[in-house]
Amino acid sequence: MRIRVLLRAVLVAGVALSAPAAAKVEGSTIVLGAAVSITGKFSIDGQHTKNGYDLAVKRVNEQGGVKVGGKSYKIEVRYYDDESSNERAASLVERLIAQDGIKFILGPYSSPLTGAIAPVTEKYKIPMVEGNGASRSLFTKGYKYLFAVLSTSEQYLSSAVDLAAEKSREAGKDPSSLRLALAMGDDSFSLDVRAGILDAAKRYGMAVVIDDKVPDNFTDMSATLSRVKAVKPDVLLVSGHAMGAATATRQIAEAKVDVSVLAMTHCDSAQIAEKFGAAAEYTLCASQWAPTLAYSDKWFGSAGDYNALFMKAYGYEAPYQAAESSAAVLVFADALQRAGGFDQEKVRDALARTDLQTFYGPIKFDETGKNVVKPMMLYQVQDGDYKVVAPTKWATAKLIYPRPSWSKRGT
Amino acid sequence: MTNLLLFVEAPVLLIQVILDGVLVGALFALAAYGLALVWGVMNIINIVQGELVLLGGYVALTVVGAGLSPFMAIPIAAAVLFIVGWLLYRGVIFRVVEKDLFTSVLATFGLSILIAQLINQGFGADVRSIDSGLGTWLFFDGIVSVSQARVVAFVLALLIGAVLVIFLRVTRLGRAIRATAQNARAARALGVDTGQVYAWTYAINAAICGAAGALIVMIWVIQPFGGLLYTVRAFMIVIVAGLGNVVGVIGAALGLGAAETFVGFVFGTQFQAAFVFSLLVVILVARNVRLARQRRYLR
Repeated sequence: MRIRVLLRAVLVAGVALSAPAAAKVEGSTIVLGAAVSITGKFSIDGQHTKNGYDLAVKRVNEQGGVKVGGKSYKIEVRYYDDESSNERAASLVERLIAQDGIKFILGPYSSPLTGAIAPVTEKYKIPMVEGNGASRSLFTKGYKYLFAVLSTSEQYLSSAVDLAAEKSREAGKDPSSLRLALAMGDDSFSLDVRAGILDAAKRYGMAVVIDDKVPDNFTDMSATLSRVKAVKPDVLLVSGHAMGAATATRQIAEAKVDVSVLAMTHCDSAQIAEKFGAAAEYTLCASQWAPTLAYSDKWFGSAGDYNALFMKAYGYEAPYQAAESSAAVLVFADALQRAGGFDQEKVRDALARTDLQTFYGPIKFDETGKNVVKPMMLYQVQDGDYKVVAPTKWATAKLIYPRPSWSKRGT
Repeated sequence: MTNLLLFVEAPVLLIQVILDGVLVGALFALAAYGLALVWGVMNIINIVQGELVLLGGYVALTVVGAGLSPFMAIPIAAAVLFIVGWLLYRGVIFRVVEKDLFTSVLATFGLSILIAQLINQGFGADVRSIDSGLGTWLFFDGIVSVSQARVVAFVLALLIGAVLVIFLRVTRLGRAIRATAQNARAARALGVDTGQVYAWTYAINAAICGAAGALIVMIWVIQPFGGLLYTVRAFMIVIVAGLGNVVGVIGAALGLGAAETFVGFVFGTQFQAAFVFSLLVVILVARNVRLARQRRYLR
């Protein structure tokens, strides 16, 4: 009798242990896993990421879910809080895969966290689709199971160099006559951005006359700005996350630095138009996505429709971090349908063949897993508003070029 | 080197560069006064210094958000931080005063993490700043520009330094603080309530940090995890100035600021930090050599 009880206990335990292996698909629900930052330094962006995932999941389910092999499945996301820490993110993803049996991973927020997770998903051969890791280094390590829907970081400001070249050609000047000044933060993202700019500059034969790395997390850039005033370059490019955008906006206005083109990253997260008013006018901001773009898809409709839906659900305008996260879910939904099963290799191959038009932009991966068809877009701050001025095909406003000099602005 | 030639072409640039450096240095001096005091009197390296500065900035943000003028925010931030400093002393710091340095470093390090996270929870991780409403003075055809807010901060930095020096020399509490710094046991034997002196010292430090934060949020931008910068700068300035030396602090801060911006201008900003830290090493070695010589004379 006792032995039988024991035996049964062992059996039950055995079943309990093996159960998670089937957890990827529970009944008619496909479970995706994600470690996102709900606390710690990325808590705000982590929340945007989670909201983006949730909204897309809700939308896909409302429209009948995902059809795999003739059967409709709902999707669901299991979340853990990675506390904005690399180590925590890696161990949580290990837990999602090894313990919870999840076969499909959505990315975390930020390049460092994505970089911490990728070795784990590679080890288990688990496909990961991410929308918030743009670092070039993610795509040089030969990862096979990593797919990114966003434009990578070296494209952030090369688009501004392209635009400056276009404008100078229109004005009848050879683009190679343009002189660039770079003020880059000392972080891996900005180093990628810098590499992209240098490539573009080389392509056009432009001279880089200032190439500064701003120390101390971009607290003060007055030494660089003094040099800009002395050397008088045509284009000033700034990258240093939200801190860099805010510092540059304030100090360039204070020191009344005049250049023809001023472009930076992260102006939208620094909210330069809202917070710095006149000081932010005519600044070009590189961004992954804007609600005013003319992209659309079958799930959400247009980018504007997505924004309206997001606004209704969460009470604030959809930031691009949320849009790219939603796009990651759509890519999974599309690939699962095409794979016709849940075999992770088949899903991986289906992901690799993705050719999808979404409200976030077109998505098609190269062999390294990065999206190569979506261009970066540029806003220009005009009358306190962010207006899309590039790529010219999707633009909603005309670029004001060159920037009016400070002495003519009447402030 | 081509950048040095710029000075030949436009000598006024030199004025701009030195001016920038001095004005930046004044801001760091504000963060360093209190550290010099706390370090000198209580023998505590206050790692939470930077977070106190930030907290001052966030108090100012709240005050301005409530509709008061940015300049009213400076005394209010100082007052609020005085209370915060007092509470921190009564809650935590009094337990580690007169213990070995490692204990107090650990305790204040813990506090710095705690405060940064609380700021993050309370105010969010966004970068924040206040518009002072002041403009820019332009000289020499606009080549030299001076932000008025920075000049205000500079003047206040000098003023606070002067008040602090007079306070320490003239008032009864100031004398008690200096006595405690020289020898806490002897001061106690002569009837100084050193516990009270420590509490005042720590609270005054926090108050100055609060004022510094309110100024910094008008001139730079702040975010919850940026405190370490101010701690490190203050630490460096105090080492150069000497513990408890308030007059030395302003000199060291302005000097380091000017040297740093100059190097940033001539060689590129990526060499700024390397230069400043090398300079620190040189100063420490030179001072050690000088002291060794003095010791030899004494023998």
